[in-house]
Amino acid sequence: MKNNLIVSGSPHIHKQESISRIMWTVVLSIIPAGIAGIIIFGLDALWVTLAAVIAALLTEALFEIWTKKKITVMDGSAVITGILLAYNLPSNVPLWLPVVGAVFSIAIGKQVFGGLGQNIFNPALVGRVFLMASWPKYMTTFVKPLSYDAVTSATPLAVLKEGKILEHISYLDLFLGKRGGCIGEVCILALLIGAAILLYKGYISWHIPATYILTTAVFTYIFGAKQLFHGDWLFHILNGGLILGAFFMATDYVATPLTAKGQIIFGIGCGLLTAIIRLWGGYPEGASYAILMMNAATPFIDRYTKNRIYGTK
Amino acid sequence: MKNLIKEFTKGIIRENPTFVLVLGLCPTLAVSVSVANGIGMGIAATFVLLGSSLIVSLVRDFIPDKIRIPCYIVIIATFVTITELCMKAYSPVLDRSLGIYVPLIVVNCIVLGRAEAFACKNNLASSFYDGLGMGVGFTLALILISAIREFLGSGQILGHTLFKGFEPVFVFGMPSGALLVIGLLLGFFNLLKNRKT
Repeated sequence: MKNNLIVSGSPHIHKQESISRIMWTVVLSIIPAGIAGIIIFGLDALWVTLAAVIAALLTEALFEIWTKKKITVMDGSAVITGILLAYNLPSNVPLWLPVVGAVFSIAIGKQVFGGLGQNIFNPALVGRVFLMASWPKYMTTFVKPLSYDAVTSATPLAVLKEGKILEHISYLDLFLGKRGGCIGEVCILALLIGAAILLYKGYISWHIPATYILTTAVFTYIFGAKQLFHGDWLFHILNGGLILGAFFMATDYVATPLTAKGQIIFGIGCGLLTAIIRLWGGYPEGASYAILMMNAATPFIDRYTKNRIYGTK
Repeated sequence: MKNLIKEFTKGIIRENPTFVLVLGLCPTLAVSVSVANGIGMGIAATFVLLGSSLIVSLVRDFIPDKIRIPCYIVIIATFVTITELCMKAYSPVLDRSLGIYVPLIVVNCIVLGRAEAFACKNNLASSFYDGLGMGVGFTLALILISAIREFLGSGQILGHTLFKGFEPVFVFGMPSGALLVIGLLLGFFNLLKNRKT
């Protein structure tokens, strides 16, 4: 007879969840966006992604061997960093660029702080911003979608920033990803499929993505045009790295606030900064800078949004 | 004599003003864009350090304790003015590229720090060697940082291109690159120190 009266210490409810399981699920959920990127920009997108992932894994392994720490290559977090970094690059970059970016992401963005769980910034974004500051030439020339050769085109946001008249792209095309841009950010449909998996599994909560996107929408609606309350908010949501950032990078467990209240503040902050950079800043797109700046503010937010411990004042 | 040599060498490695005492980071961050700037700044600061250490050590018994800091500042400012005017007269190019950071040596914490922590308590000879050692240490640190930054940021050392086909990493020519390089070097030297003990 099975003995149901086992005496044991807490916790009594176990789940199958673990860091590596969550991380690999996230990897799975961002793959659709990559496939869409390969369809839109050709096989170059695949090589860039593979280069970034392999470089990220090697850097993590070498750094952990060098510092004599436990090798955590198989927990999937380095794979995510590599993929997310590649998703933030144009598909026509020389292959050493994602490699340098991934090495920087893992070594400087993550391992020098002490590895997974210690980093204060999202490693993939650290890598992207480093590349952006170092080789802006490569980071801002994009391939024309579905052309499969070296025809370059600007992103709709960059065209808007230069004040030129936009050739009209329908919202449906923007939603499906028929525009110039980074590998993983263009196909909103594929990103939403991945986001739905994560939300369904409960691996991310709605607080950050919802408040982030909503704040950007409201702000660009109010201030996005010459006249107040005439901005094209849907255009701003469907363009740039907003959706990729909101669901996959602003929800990084390590570098974002712990409580729901804190996450809402974080999301609103990201949304405001993104909209401000897009409308009045020097760069056409500000999602990566917005998320990094809010990452820096996270310890501060956490301090002021502590949950009240039950039974105390 | 052995003591004096020790006073000199401690500034170079054991108490290096940049990497161990972590003083004077503001000019270090700002001027370390190119090796030429680094050397110029290092020599200017060494001259001021030497002069102020000497004078402070000479007058240390006459300065009332309460107003010692203003007195040090006056002495330091004198030497900084000499440096600045000489630089303007004899190497205007360097003066233009260092800009405001030459007059700012007045408030460089290495100079004031040595006056306050060493020269006002020690005799002339030790103060001289202390100032010289600190100056040389500062100059070497500046050369190291600016060599890394100039090479990575523009692919050159002292204006000469080293490799063809190297794509410069612009970020190292910017202030964020200075913070990165100094942070990593600090970490590296701490690692070496910890390994030794």
